[in-house]
Amino acid sequence: MNLKVKNNKAWFLVLPVLALVAFSAVIPLMTVVNYSVQDIFDQNSAYFVGTEWYREVLNDPRLQDSLIRQFTFSAAVLLIEIPLGILIALMMPTRGKMASFCLVVLAMPLLIPWNVVGTIWQIFGRADIGLMGAFLNGIGVDYNYASNPTDAWFTVLLMDVWHWTSLVALLCYSGLRSIPNAYYQAAKIDQASAWAIFRYIQLPKLQSVLVIGVLLRFMDSFMIYAEPFVLTGGGPGNSTTFLSQTLTKMAIGQFDLGPAAAFSLIYFLIVLLVSWLFFTTITHLDNKK
Amino acid sequence: MGWMAWSTVTTTFFIGIAIILICMTIWEIKSPTVERKGFLPIIATTRGDRVFIGLLGSAYIHLIFLAVSEHSIWIAFGISVVWFFSVLRWG
Repeated sequence: MNLKVKNNKAWFLVLPVLALVAFSAVIPLMTVVNYSVQDIFDQNSAYFVGTEWYREVLNDPRLQDSLIRQFTFSAAVLLIEIPLGILIALMMPTRGKMASFCLVVLAMPLLIPWNVVGTIWQIFGRADIGLMGAFLNGIGVDYNYASNPTDAWFTVLLMDVWHWTSLVALLCYSGLRSIPNAYYQAAKIDQASAWAIFRYIQLPKLQSVLVIGVLLRFMDSFMIYAEPFVLTGGGPGNSTTFLSQTLTKMAIGQFDLGPAAAFSLIYFLIVLLVSWLFFTTITHLDNKK
Repeated sequence: MGWMAWSTVTTTFFIGIAIILICMTIWEIKSPTVERKGFLPIIATTRGDRVFIGLLGSAYIHLIFLAVSEHSIWIAFGISVVWFFSVLRWG
C-alpha cells in the first residue's frame, strides 16, 4: 500500500482555525511575554528591564506561599474527587428511570456558574444563618470559615468537591457503559470477586476517561478563582489566597503589568508541565498494555 | 504595531521559535520521524516530542537559574542550548 501523501492542499482548510487561534491565543501570549521584560508606564513610555520581573516574582514569598497553597489544593481536589467520582459512577443504576434521574441530579451542580456556587456556599456555611454553619455550631462544632483557616479550607474543598465531582462521575459512568457485557460474563464464569472485576476490567477500561478527568480537574482546580474569591475573599489572612487571586491583585489591583506578566508565564509553564506529565504517564501506561 | 510596545529581544525570541518550527516542519517532510527510546526515562519519543521537551526544559532551566543565581542570564541560555540539542539528538 502506498501511504505517500500526494496532495497536501487539504492543509489549507486548517488555515481559518490557525488564524483564529493565533488571534485569540498565540498573539496575546506573545504580548504577555513582551510585557514581562518591560516596565510600561503608559503608551509612550516602555522601558526594557530584562529579567528583573522574573527575579522579583520568583523570590517573592507571597507568591511562593500561594504556589504551595495552590499545589496543596489541587492535590487534595484530585485525591478526593477522582476516587469519589469513580465510586459514584459504580453505584449508579445502569438503566431505567433511576439512571436518568441520577444523571440529571449529577449534572445540576455543573450548570451553576462559579460565582453563584461561591455565593451559595457563603450563605450555606455562615454560622448564624447558614444551614451547614448553624447546624455544625448547633451540634457543638466550633465552625466559622470567616475566622478559622482550617474551616475556610474545609469549606473551599467541600465546595469544589460538591461542584465538580459530578464531572468525574459522569465521565466514569460513560466509560463504564462502554464496557461490553461479554467481559462481565467471562468474569462471572471465572467467579471473579467484585474487587477483581473492578481492578482488572473496569479500571483499565476507565483509563482514557480518567485521563480527561484528571487533566480537567487539575487544570480547573489549579486556575480556581471565582469560588474562593466569593466565599472567603482569600482569607482569613491569606490562608485561601490561591495563585490566580494573587495574580489578579498584582495585575488589576496594583496595576503592576510587568511582574504580573512574568508571573502569568510562570503559572502557564507550571500548568503546561504538570498536564504534560499527567498525560504522558497515563498514555504510557495505556500503551504498555 | 507600535502600540503593542514590541521590544527587539521579544521579537528575536519569537523569530527564533518560528525558525525552529519551520525547520522542524521541513525536516519532517523530507524525512518523517520514527519513534525511538533515548536517555529520557520511560517514554519513547518522536522528533516533535523531543523539541517540545527541549523547549519546556529550557524554559525551566532559565527560571531555576533566575531563582537561584544573580549571574548573567546568558549562562542559563548556554546550558539550555546544550540541553536542547542533547534532547534532540540523544533523548
